[in-house]
Amino acid sequence: MTDSIVKLTASPHVRSAESTIRIMWSVVISLVPVVAASIYFFGPSAILVLLASIAGCLITERLFGSRSDSLAGSLADGSAMITGLLLGLTLPPGFPLWMAFLGGAFGMAFGKIIYGGLGQNIFNPALVGRAFLQAAFPVAITTWPAKTQQWWSLQGDNLALPFMSPVVDVATEATPLGNLKFGDEPVVTPLFDLFFGTTGGSLGETSALLILLGGLYLAFRGHLNWHIPLSIFVSTFLVSGLFFVLGISQFPPLFMLFSGGMMLGAFYMATDMVTSPVTNRGCWLFGFGIGFLVVVIRVWGGLPEGVMYAILLMNALVPFINRATQPRLFGTSGRMKEKKGDAQ
Amino acid sequence: MKGLLSFKHGVHPPENKDITSGIASRRFPFPEEVILPLSQHIGIPAKALVQPGDRVERGDVIAEAAGFISSSVHATAAGTVKSIELWPHPSGDMVPSIRITVDPNSTQMQRPRIVPRWQDVKDEDLSKEIGRAGIVGLGGAAFPSHVKLNPPKDQPIDLLLINGCECEPYLTSDHRTMLERPDDVYLGIRIALKALGITRAMIGIEANKPDAIEMMRKTVPDDLDVSVQPLQVKYPQGAEKMLIKAVMGREVPSGALPSAIGALVQNVATAANVAAVFETGQPLIERIITVTGRGIRKPGNWVIPFGTKLRDVIEHCGGLADDAAEIVFGGPMMGLGQANLDVPVLKATGGILVLSKDECKRQDILPCIRCGKCLDACPVFLNPQLMGMLAKAERFEEMVAEANLNDCMLCGCCSYVCPSNIPLSQLFAASRTQLKRLSSL
Repeated sequence: MTDSIVKLTASPHVRSAESTIRIMWSVVISLVPVVAASIYFFGPSAILVLLASIAGCLITERLFGSRSDSLAGSLADGSAMITGLLLGLTLPPGFPLWMAFLGGAFGMAFGKIIYGGLGQNIFNPALVGRAFLQAAFPVAITTWPAKTQQWWSLQGDNLALPFMSPVVDVATEATPLGNLKFGDEPVVTPLFDLFFGTTGGSLGETSALLILLGGLYLAFRGHLNWHIPLSIFVSTFLVSGLFFVLGISQFPPLFMLFSGGMMLGAFYMATDMVTSPVTNRGCWLFGFGIGFLVVVIRVWGGLPEGVMYAILLMNALVPFINRATQPRLFGTSGRMKEKKGDAQ
Repeated sequence: MKGLLSFKHGVHPPENKDITSGIASRRFPFPEEVILPLSQHIGIPAKALVQPGDRVERGDVIAEAAGFISSSVHATAAGTVKSIELWPHPSGDMVPSIRITVDPNSTQMQRPRIVPRWQDVKDEDLSKEIGRAGIVGLGGAAFPSHVKLNPPKDQPIDLLLINGCECEPYLTSDHRTMLERPDDVYLGIRIALKALGITRAMIGIEANKPDAIEMMRKTVPDDLDVSVQPLQVKYPQGAEKMLIKAVMGREVPSGALPSAIGALVQNVATAANVAAVFETGQPLIERIITVTGRGIRKPGNWVIPFGTKLRDVIEHCGGLADDAAEIVFGGPMMGLGQANLDVPVLKATGGILVLSKDECKRQDILPCIRCGKCLDACPVFLNPQLMGMLAKAERFEEMVAEANLNDCMLCGCCSYVCPSNIPLSQLFAASRTQLKRLSSL
């Protein structure tokens, strides 16, 4: 009989098969249909923009994100890949590649690595990247060229040289949100078009259906906290419904739900585990806040779209939400004592 | 499964009970030597009554309870006391233990003992008899049963809850007890009810043991007010507070004992062994122990005399498989890892689990991604994510004052679910040790 037992550990001695790496990569996998659709709708431009933003993220993470004390920054965890994909999906198809690359690099560096890498950041890095691009290149990021006739031709000046503004020599087309808000004659895009994606918009914003499917897959696998998208939808619907009924806004509630970055934001951005609350009650609050802010920004803001800022603003509140929604301790009627310090 | 009673949160680890649940228990051969630590229970170690060279018969008391919360120890095999010395204990410590060289020629019949008829014993004296027999809770904690059956007078008990959950994966010893000794379980319930001066009992059994549920239902004595309650399969349902929540729908107040809400929980194996005390006069000297896991060649359920060395158990069960990786006393969720094959099995040892490499893979630890799965798993509604961060920062006092570390049962649910493989409950156990050390300075 052998006396060499190789292991001596403290209990529990078994673990679930769930792993952070697996969660991250299934998020990537769930985005495959959305990516495929964006390629179908926008041709090679979609591939190029996505690759540029992914490259920006991966290279930055590899160069600056590795830490000796953990596996963070090893790329294998898939988190940098997700950031790159998600950022790419929020960009217009004709976006210059150098800008997309820069956005990825900025989002990674200043949205994540600067805080200490995976798990430490406050704001969703993809949205930090996009916010940076929105501030730095407001024209390029809101230029949606009308669809070209040929699938294989580029959707705009993707290949603009670094530090050069893109030359837009093609006709542009307004997005459904821009159409309704800033159009000479406000048009409500039919829901059918919004749902299946035959509208103008950013790469991944167009087909609500595919994002919904991807999100449901993740929720079913337990890789996404369904409280967040549900509460966002409920609050968006209620708040915009109220404004619509009162005649304050011209956005019908269903249009609100299926247009712009709503689906992508609710299922993929707001649900980023690192930057959303840890408690389910907190997730409800978080989602309600996002829905409310989205409606407010869309109705009164100077921008056609408000999902990004709504999520970033609520990200900032997450530590407070966590603190306020600590679970009730078993066998007591009260909540846990208020947290001091900066443990979150 | 749904619709059955349970508690909130908890986890569903793979059960793996089919390895041994169908194997009837058999008597384990007496080893050449038994090692009986003076501390096999919670509380003050027992005081040895024998000297090296003394001849003892099976069932003789060899160490007596040394205080109220203490328990006596009996010879589990006839033989000669070789020495009383420090010996490796499953807890990892060295503990004073009585070594008995087993007489190979003994029939191992128990020395006849005069036991009063339980019906004739006064209610309040029953627990003394139980204490004399060295009975402790066999669910794992090994709390002396006579103390438990003497609850504070200001907290009257009105329900006896019998714990047949056996929520730890792999283990099947309680399952076999219910199948093989249902009448003993019911006699044990009768005696406990009489000791407590109450009439009502309930048996909680998880739904993954339909044959045990059926057996217990079939054998309920007509004159006993006992109901058998099937429960959802969920870990840690066998924890007292969770079982009470599942069956009674009430939460035991934080920091209090179940008696605070009128409940007393006893394990089925404990009940069966209480019965044996009054039926045959047999003190607690052996129990059904599940030897299981993919790392042992011949898994099974055995009636093993306490003090049998781990080495002997493994040898008799076909030895270790080639890919055996870890030996655990108890279940995989809360059991104690063993480093020494000379440790003896104890009263609290419900199972000996040998995990193969595949069953306990080492996984890399990643940073916390604040997914909140640990909060959704914690059965007492703690925030393990926050506690884990405090533990890593060595802010132990805050863990107690602000994150309620003292309410943690160390059930391991948080560690089990953590996708980043952060050893949360291990950190909490270590933090408690640190706190003890700090407070004793």
